[in-house]
Amino acid sequence: MTEREKILTRIREALAVPVPQSGHGQRGEPRPQALVQWLPLVGETSDEQLAAFRQNAAALKIVFHALTDGNELKFFLTALREKEQWKEIGTHSGELTDFATQCLALPTLKTDSGYKAFELERCDAGITECDALVAQTGSVLVTSRSAGGRALSVLPPHHVVLARRGQLVRDLPAAFQLLKQKYGENWPGMISFISGPSRTGDIERTLVLGAHGPKKMTVCLL
Amino acid sequence: MKSPLQQFQQQAEIVSQDRRHREIIQTALEKYAVVRDQTRAAFQDYGAAREAAAEIKTEALAQLDRHLEQFVSRLESRGAKVHWAGNGQQAREIILGIVREKKARSMIKSKTMTSEEIHLNEALEHEGVEVVESDLGEFIVQLRKETPYHIVFPAMHLTRGEIKDLFHRELAANSSDHPEELTMVARRVLRQKYLAADIGLTGANFAIAETGMISITENEGNARLTAAMPKTMITLLGIEKILPRLEDLALFLPMLATNGTGQLLTGYNTLFGGPRQPGECDGPEEFHVLLLDNGRTEILADAEQRDSLRCIRCGACLNVCPIFRNVGGHTYGTAYSGPVGSVITPHLRGLQSWKHLSYASSLCGACSEICPVKIDLAHHLLQNRRNAAAQKPSLAWKIAFKIFTCVFNHPALYRRLAPLGRVGQKLYPLVKGTRCDPAYAWTKTREAPAIAPQTFREFWRTRK
Repeated sequence: MTEREKILTRIREALAVPVPQSGHGQRGEPRPQALVQWLPLVGETSDEQLAAFRQNAAALKIVFHALTDGNELKFFLTALREKEQWKEIGTHSGELTDFATQCLALPTLKTDSGYKAFELERCDAGITECDALVAQTGSVLVTSRSAGGRALSVLPPHHVVLARRGQLVRDLPAAFQLLKQKYGENWPGMISFISGPSRTGDIERTLVLGAHGPKKMTVCLL
Repeated sequence: MKSPLQQFQQQAEIVSQDRRHREIIQTALEKYAVVRDQTRAAFQDYGAAREAAAEIKTEALAQLDRHLEQFVSRLESRGAKVHWAGNGQQAREIILGIVREKKARSMIKSKTMTSEEIHLNEALEHEGVEVVESDLGEFIVQLRKETPYHIVFPAMHLTRGEIKDLFHRELAANSSDHPEELTMVARRVLRQKYLAADIGLTGANFAIAETGMISITENEGNARLTAAMPKTMITLLGIEKILPRLEDLALFLPMLATNGTGQLLTGYNTLFGGPRQPGECDGPEEFHVLLLDNGRTEILADAEQRDSLRCIRCGACLNVCPIFRNVGGHTYGTAYSGPVGSVITPHLRGLQSWKHLSYASSLCGACSEICPVKIDLAHHLLQNRRNAAAQKPSLAWKIAFKIFTCVFNHPALYRRLAPLGRVGQKLYPLVKGTRCDPAYAWTKTREAPAIAPQTFREFWRTRK
């Protein structure tokens, strides 16, 4: 018998004994459809959801900008480039990221067709697209397909996210629904909810940003 | 070699009188309690969410075999390699096998309590592999050659000054004691380790049966990097981590964060479904998932305590436990400390050697009340006591209860013996506080109440 069979047999034997009394938390079927009513409240309208995202993102120390058009984005990104003196950026192919690369006119590492870790490590910023923004939590949802792989959103010291207004979803249940619709049975290797720059509180419970990943995170909504 | 009981008693005695320790722990946990309660209050109905969390975990366990098979087949369909280990030794051998096959010299780890459970680091170091913990708290305790103090806050017992000295000594770093500067020292050191590591090893917070993915909750981004940089990735997890559906995470990610750290969501909540997929640009070439039993099926077989497998290791029960707060995490001598550790360790490592943990409780029930998946921890501690006594009754207790039963069943005998207490009390100061004192454990720090000058019967007679 393989170890797998042994463990599964032990599980089946164990489960043959029913739980003695139906104490708390042991009542029949779960009710996941009601989740929306228990988790923190988010409004129905897109304005309310945008306001919720803005507020939650600010609490997570995400710099958030709602921009009206490409010109504004260009202005914003070039100002950021000057302010932080970017010399090289990492990014991936995509409608928004290609536009950003064009605006910035900097040496650019594109991760799409592979890269060397040290090359990405020396980039001043990682610019990615995303799958969704979650109003309820202020999180950015990325996958290894939508955001240029696993490392681009976490290795450079500044993570800049470019998103479209239509990508804002109300809450976590909606985000999971969206993932299922989008990827179905062809799942990417990694799916990540990013809620702010990398952080730690391991030293005297004091918040420090930039533990391992980005020290800064910026979200631009078009 | 000290027994676990002796070790616990000695350590508890020392730590509970250490005022500095108490101050550090109380300050940290008070901060935690404030944010936890704020975040709970943001839920529309936290009670219903908690009830649902318990039900979903119960459902996951009720069909654990089917869920595990589903989890494994989905995961394998994307090219992951799944291993099964019945106990810690098998798990260590499987991991060492991968290390040898890859001729790996270095491993970077993100936080996993399961690897503490199976003492993985020692085995790897014995093999000559450089193992580096990447979670900041874990990195700090690893440099101190200590085990994690707490399952969520591994270095909560240390001050910034101690960490500064540690970094100076071990890393030759000349930084101030400011947490930000100290964190940057660790960041610089660990970045290089990431770029050089042959293997990345992670734990998992949840395993999704429906889609065959593992879910990791973290704040630092270290698990993200562990799963991105090295060529080989290993994930070690207990078989009880299963959740049936992907959307269950919409509940469990906030529940874990709220109770673990007080955040609504932690910085990174990431699902990994395989190695680098076709068309993707990075990620490990090989992804090994190791499912560990190591006593978990034994807990499952104990129908009364089966619910303790619902545990999501948030650490909330540790944080509210008056015993944990006074004796500290290291005193337990186990990978899992606090109330949940006291409940499950006897199952994982033997009831008779670890039953004392079930007495390290005031039975206040704070743990049962806080648990986000409604594990009835306080009652399980009582059940462990009962089971331990039934399995191996103590002769002294047996004799004591025989005498007690006899005296209380015979009124005449009781009448004769009751006044003896007064005589006994006069003689008692002769032995009080010495090793001959039968009530030493109680009286070394307390006064025994005086026995009344009359028994009730004597009083009643005079009143008439």
